Amino acid sequence: MQEAVIHIHPAGALLALVGNPNCGKTALFNSLTGSRQKVANYAGVTVERKEGRLTTTAGRALRLLDLPGTYSLQPRSPDERVTADVLYGRARGEKRPDLVVCVVDATNLRRNLKLVLAVRRLGLPAVVVLNMADLAEARGLSIDTDALAHELGLPVVRTVATRGTGVEDLRRLLDEPSAWKQRSASSAAATAGTPDSEAGDHEAVHQILVRLGLEGHAPELISDHIDRVVLHPLAGPVLLAVLLFAVFQAVFTWSVAPMDAIKAGTEWLGQLAATTLPQQGAWHWLNSLVVDGVIAGAGGVLVFLPQIVILFFFILVLEESGYLPRAAFLLDRLMGGVGLSGRSFIPLLSSFACAVPGIMAARTIGNPRDRLVTILVAPLMTCSARLPVYALLIGAFIPARRVAGGLQLQGLVLFGLYAAGIVGALAVAWLLKRLTTSGQVRTLMMELPAYHVPTVRNIAIGLWQRVRIFLRRVGGVILLLTLALWFLASFPAPPAGFTGAAIEYSLAGRLGHLLAVIFEPIGFNWQISIALVPGMAAREVLVSSLGTVYALGATADDTAAALVPLIAGSWSLATALSLLAWFVFAPQCLSTLAAVRREASFSMAATTAAYLFVLAYLASFATYRIALAFGLG
Amino acid sequence: MKPHPPFRLSESPLRHPFTVHAVQAPAGTPEWASQLHDLGFVPGERVQLMARGLGGDPLVVRVGWSTYALRLAEADCVQVLPA
Repeated sequence: MQEAVIHIHPAGALLALVGNPNCGKTALFNSLTGSRQKVANYAGVTVERKEGRLTTTAGRALRLLDLPGTYSLQPRSPDERVTADVLYGRARGEKRPDLVVCVVDATNLRRNLKLVLAVRRLGLPAVVVLNMADLAEARGLSIDTDALAHELGLPVVRTVATRGTGVEDLRRLLDEPSAWKQRSASSAAATAGTPDSEAGDHEAVHQILVRLGLEGHAPELISDHIDRVVLHPLAGPVLLAVLLFAVFQAVFTWSVAPMDAIKAGTEWLGQLAATTLPQQGAWHWLNSLVVDGVIAGAGGVLVFLPQIVILFFFILVLEESGYLPRAAFLLDRLMGGVGLSGRSFIPLLSSFACAVPGIMAARTIGNPRDRLVTILVAPLMTCSARLPVYALLIGAFIPARRVAGGLQLQGLVLFGLYAAGIVGALAVAWLLKRLTTSGQVRTLMMELPAYHVPTVRNIAIGLWQRVRIFLRRVGGVILLLTLALWFLASFPAPPAGFTGAAIEYSLAGRLGHLLAVIFEPIGFNWQISIALVPGMAAREVLVSSLGTVYALGATADDTAAALVPLIAGSWSLATALSLLAWFVFAPQCLSTLAAVRREASFSMAATTAAYLFVLAYLASFATYRIALAFGLG
Repeated sequence: MKPHPPFRLSESPLRHPFTVHAVQAPAGTPEWASQLHDLGFVPGERVQLMARGLGGDPLVVRVGWSTYALRLAEADCVQVLPA
């Protein structure tokens, strides 16, 4: 594995945020540096070091490192190793921190303070941030900050990082010379009878908590009541299935009105452009570029923004609430059956958004074999970039009617496609288990954090980030590739007297016919074949490419944005189903393969591409032939 | 017949408080002992079985103020005594 590259800024002292997983380091990092790093309610959200700049109250500029959470300085997985390496000064391209900011979850001092003691033994200057102070108080834990500071021999600041409370106090503390005082191991040991080894830390923490009057039983938490249902051996899995199912139903039913509005908007724009832009002579090329390239292409992808927003709304709520590790618990048995553990669940679930962060999240898996298998199957999870492709085909070929139980047929098919990806991933993992695993022992040991009510602010910020990423893709890579395809599909122009559509004479047309030889057995026509090529860069490009190819191929005055009726009229159902099957397995976009190469190796990336291509071809072939046999050709 | 204490955490009744008596990792995975220790499974610590998964594996365990999902094999490393 290669580590993330950190740029070296020699100016400014270096601070490192260290603490248990899920204690709020990244929330504090965002608050101190004005960054927007991802935060959520489960252990292992941050898997690499991130750097930012913060300014103290007096105006001093400091460098701040956000590090993956860890329970001790003995790492168990690649992400925890990053933290230990930085603290011991072993990290490549990074100096040892000048000051450690120990972030402590105030609701769980017992475990969190053990790490503080271990950090203190390193002898580095350190300060303690007592985070989630509000939650601790709500649970009736009143922590005397001064007494705790005295016990630890370190300055203590109280914060609620998600709301920015207390962050100013921390900035002020960093201006005080006492915070930067070097602590020799011996003077640290002299304070409060500190043990000089890990073994005594537990007892030392116990003593501190007794003296602070905090030792006692944890109260029965609301989370426990919720967990009685959520983790129930029968009710739990049923609830999980209902929840996932409801998400896919919502993606289709809630998105109708906003999608219609966007569609109407792009159609109106297409008409407007077609009539106002000049048509005469060479001007018709510009007209075609705007109408067939930009509006039919990129505009056709923009339509799917509402569905992506709805999907991410649910993903963000699940992440914030603390439900994800519970789902991992419920599925651990199933994952164990195919040679993985519940620990693989969160990386795989992240892959529903995009396989790249999913593959990176696999760093939290300690077992190297499991990590590789998780990386290998992560691309089978349906990423959000495939949603426009599915939605286009479902919208064109699956009637929007209700079936038994009032369920929407379109939502049902979408659920089926996601399920097919999951089943495929489990099957591949199972096969690899049969082939490679012998006497493998995998560790679960996963924290189940207390539930939090998701805050509107965090969800809104998360959604806005996703919208921006999507719009940037539409305006960037998708538009660029669509324009490139428009160019290839328009030139060379056919000679006078050419009988077919102009596009058939173009480079793209000829390349499409060439590729169609490979894809004809699985039911793809030349238009689909050529659209698959730019789709390798970003999946949504398939939609924009089809939009451009069909708009150019269309005779005269067809409206630009009407891709759905065009394909519904010219493809057989067998072809549509085959293309859906292709996209369940299809070799991933180039950024996914690059992520596999970065996190594992070049050969793993090549293996991933090869096996996915074979799987996709076989699945499409079977789907197409079976559909033909049922008379759907 | 109920097992005599100390017995394995995985055999303890649901939602009854116990204390950790000892943590012993199997020969194949000696690192589990220190990992469980890091999570708070230390002799004398309060521990409680919160839930069992379908078929009894994995388990949800409260130790100290934290809650973890543990595989049956992991929980079997922990010997408990009545609180």
